[in-house]
Amino acid sequence: MTTGIDSAGGTTPITEVPQSSAARQIFRMLWRDKLAFAAAIFLVLMVLCAVLGPLMLEDQATRQNLRGRNAPPFDFSRDWLFWLGGDTLGRPLLARIIVAAQNTLMVAAGAVVCSLIIGTTLGLVAGYSGPRTSQVIMRFADVIMSFPSLLLAVIVLYMLSPSVGNLVIVLAITRIPVYLRTSRAEVLEVRERMFVQAAQVMGASGRRIVFRHILPIVMPTLVTIATLDFAFVMLAESSLSFLGIGIQPPEITWGLMVSQGRPYLTTAWWQSFFPGLAIIMTTLSLNLLSNWMRTALDPVQRWRLEIARKKK
Amino acid sequence: MTGDHLLEVRNLSVDFHTAGGTVHAVRNVNWHLGRGETLAILGESGSGKSVSASAIMNLIDCPPGEIVSGEILFEGRDVLKMSQEERRDLNGRRIAMIFQDPLSHLNPVYTVGFQIAEVMTTHGTRKAEARARVLDLLERVGIPEFETKIDAYPHQFSGGQRQRLMIAMALALKPDILIADEPTTALDVTVQAQVLELLEELQQETGMGMLLITHDLGVVAETADRVVVMNSGEIVEAGTARDVYHAPSHPYTKKLIGAVPGAGEMAEPLDTGIKPVLEVNRLSKHYGNFVALDKVSLTVLPGETVAVVGESGSGKSTLAKTLLRLEEATAGEALWEGRDLVTMGQPELFDLRRDIQMVFQDPTQSLNPRMSVHDIVAEAFVIHPQILPKSQWRDRVRELLAHVGLEAAHMSRYPHQFSGGQRQRIAIARALALEPRLIICDEAVSALDVSIQAQVMGLLADLQKEFGLSYLFIAHDLPVVRDFAHRVIVMKNGKIVEQGPVAQIFDAPREDYTRNLIAAGLHPDPDIQAGRRAARLELQGA
Repeated sequence: MTTGIDSAGGTTPITEVPQSSAARQIFRMLWRDKLAFAAAIFLVLMVLCAVLGPLMLEDQATRQNLRGRNAPPFDFSRDWLFWLGGDTLGRPLLARIIVAAQNTLMVAAGAVVCSLIIGTTLGLVAGYSGPRTSQVIMRFADVIMSFPSLLLAVIVLYMLSPSVGNLVIVLAITRIPVYLRTSRAEVLEVRERMFVQAAQVMGASGRRIVFRHILPIVMPTLVTIATLDFAFVMLAESSLSFLGIGIQPPEITWGLMVSQGRPYLTTAWWQSFFPGLAIIMTTLSLNLLSNWMRTALDPVQRWRLEIARKKK
Repeated sequence: MTGDHLLEVRNLSVDFHTAGGTVHAVRNVNWHLGRGETLAILGESGSGKSVSASAIMNLIDCPPGEIVSGEILFEGRDVLKMSQEERRDLNGRRIAMIFQDPLSHLNPVYTVGFQIAEVMTTHGTRKAEARARVLDLLERVGIPEFETKIDAYPHQFSGGQRQRLMIAMALALKPDILIADEPTTALDVTVQAQVLELLEELQQETGMGMLLITHDLGVVAETADRVVVMNSGEIVEAGTARDVYHAPSHPYTKKLIGAVPGAGEMAEPLDTGIKPVLEVNRLSKHYGNFVALDKVSLTVLPGETVAVVGESGSGKSTLAKTLLRLEEATAGEALWEGRDLVTMGQPELFDLRRDIQMVFQDPTQSLNPRMSVHDIVAEAFVIHPQILPKSQWRDRVRELLAHVGLEAAHMSRYPHQFSGGQRQRIAIARALALEPRLIICDEAVSALDVSIQAQVMGLLADLQKEFGLSYLFIAHDLPVVRDFAHRVIVMKNGKIVEQGPVAQIFDAPREDYTRNLIAAGLHPDPDIQAGRRAARLELQGA
C-alpha cells in the first residue's frame, strides 16, 4: 500500500492489486472481518443442515417418544439429539431444527430471491422508462400494497394446495413492492448523475446504462433489504402455517415450531426459544455478511478490508 | 498593528488520524488579525487553508482530528483552553462565519426571517426585538422587498441573495470577527463582485476583522490587506497583498501566480474560408413557457475553439445538452456536416456519438465510481465494437492514457484513487477513445485548482494540435477563455448577445453586458484590480 495521490479530499490509501486469484482475495477480505467470517461459517452450516439434515435425521425428528415429553434442554445424560430438549410429543428439538432448516430456508430464500429479482427488474424499468410505463408499474405496486397480504395468501392457498412452491409464490408477491419502490427511487436519483449522462453521450443503450451503470450502485441497498426481509418472510410463513394454509405438519419449519411452542411458553420455553434463535441467528448472519459485501464490492470502501492486515 | 491583535494563531498544528495513517493537516501555522483588517488565507484544495478557521470555530471533530500544539488567542485568551460553554457563547456572537454554499447552510423548511432571528434568540434577544433587527439587516445587505421577503423560504432566493442572507445572519450579533470560507466561489462573477463589495462596506461600518479563505488570487487582490499563502499544511509566504503579488519569494507562490489564466497571448481567429463542421441555425429550447435557448445560431470550424460564456441561467449548458441530444430541441436545426442532428434518427445518432463527445464539469461525478479506469475508457469500444477488436483494447487504453499524461499502471485503479486533475484527464481519455472531431467541454476546468487548470488547458491545446479537434468550450470564467479560445460567444437569458474573435470581445466589447462581465472579473494584481474597481463603479453609475 502506498499513500494517496488525492489532494481534494485528504489522502486516500491506494492498494496495489494483488496478484492472487479472485477466490483467495475474497477469502482474505472475509478473514479480515471476523464477524462476517463467523456469519459465513454459520450460514454454510445451515445450508449443510438444510441439504443433509432431512436425509440423516428425518426419522429421529418425527419419532414420538413419550418419555422425552417436554424434556428440558442441556440434559447431557440423554442422547445428543435431546440436548436442546424435546417437544410436547417427545421429539428431539435439535433434530427437528436441523430438519426444518430445509423447508424454512427453501421458502425464505425462494420468496426473497423471487421478490428481489421481480421487484428490482420492475423498479429499474419503472425508474428508467417513460412516465406512462412507470405509472402502470407503480399503480400495480400500490394495488399489491393496499391488498391485505394475509387475505391474498388465504385466497391463493385455499384455491391452490398449500405447498412449498405456492407458499413461495404468495410470499414473493407480497414482498415485491418493497424492492420495486426502493429500486425505482434509487434509479431516479442515479440516472441524473453525470456518469450516466456521459454514457448516454457515448451512445450506450438503455439496457447497458441500467445494468452496467445503475444496477451496481443500487444493488447493495437492495441486498441489505433482502437480508432483513429474510426474517420477515420466515415469520410470515409461520403465521400462514399457524392458520393451517402454510406448511402442514408433519412437515416442519422454524416458524411453525415457534408458533407450536407458543402455548407452552410458561412450562417449556425452549420449544419456541430455540427455533426462534435459529431464525435470529440466520438473519443476523445474513445481515453481517451483506454488510461485509457492501464494503467489499465498493471500490471506494474496499481498502477498509484490505488495510486491516497492515495494522497487525 | 503590533502587540495585542484581535485574533492570533500561534504554532497551530492539527493532525487527522485516518485509517491510512496520520495526516498533518496544518503544521506550525502563525497568523494574526486586527480590528478593521482583512486577512486572506490563500491556498489550493488540500493545502489546509480552512483548518485553522475550523479550529477557531470548534468545528474539528476530535477524533479523528487532534490539535497537537499551539494556541488561538482571541483578545489575549486562548480559546482552546475555554470550556465548551464559553466557546459556544463566543461562536456566532463574537466570531461569525459564512460558507461557500449558502443553500446547504439554510434550512429549507423555515423562513429566512426565522433563521436569522434564531441566531439572536439563542443568544438571548427577545423575539420582537430580533425581528426588527432582521428587517434592518435584510435592508442593509440589499435584499429587495425585504418587508415581504422576510417570510419567504430559502429556495425563493437566488444564489447571490442567499449569500447575502448568510451574511445578514453572520452579522446579526455584530461580531468582532467574520470568517468567510470561499464566500463567492459558487457565484457568478458579477454577483461575486457585488458580494465582496458588500462585505467591504460592512467591514468599514462595523470595524470588524475579516478572515477570508480563498483559492482565488483575484478575490485576494480585491479585498485583502494582508495574505498568507499555504501549501500542504504550511505557510509558505506572508505579507501585504501587493508585496506577495509583485515580489513573491517562495517558488510555490511564484508558480501559483504564474498559473493564473488571462495573461497570455490571445489566439488569432481562424480563416473563415474553411467549411464549418457544425452549423447551428436558430436553435430554440423551451421548458413550458420558459425559454432556455432563444434562436441561437453559431458555427464551429475544424480545429477551432469556440467559447460560450455567460452567467448561470444564460442557457449555455442547455445549448450543450441540446447539441448532444440529451435534451430535445424545440425548434431550429444544427447541421453536422450538412446533416441535421436535431431531427436525426437513432441509428444515425449512434454514429454521430463517435464524432461529438463531451467532457463534464465535475470529474468526480462523471466517472462511474465502481468501474476501473480501464473499464471506463474501454467502454467506448464496448459500445462501438467496430472501432477496435477486443484484443487491442488494452493497448489502445494504454496509449490513450499516455496521451493525457497518465501511466499504464493506472489502468486497474478506480476513480477515487486519483486527484481532481487526474480524474479530468481520465474523462478526456474516455472522450478521445471514440476519436471525436468535436469535444464539448462543459465547465471542464472550473472545478479544478488554478495550477491544475493550467495543466489541463495545456493538454486540451496539445490534443487540438495533434488531432485537429474542435472545442465548444462552455465556461463562466473569462480569463480561462481569453487564453484558450479562438472565438467567443456571450450569452444572456438564452440569447447570444455578442460574438466575435477573442481579441475583439476582450479589447473592444460592444455590448454593455459583455463590458460588465469583463469588468466584474477580478485581476490578481491588486493595483490593476483597484483600477478595475473604479471602472466598474463608473459603469454602475452610468
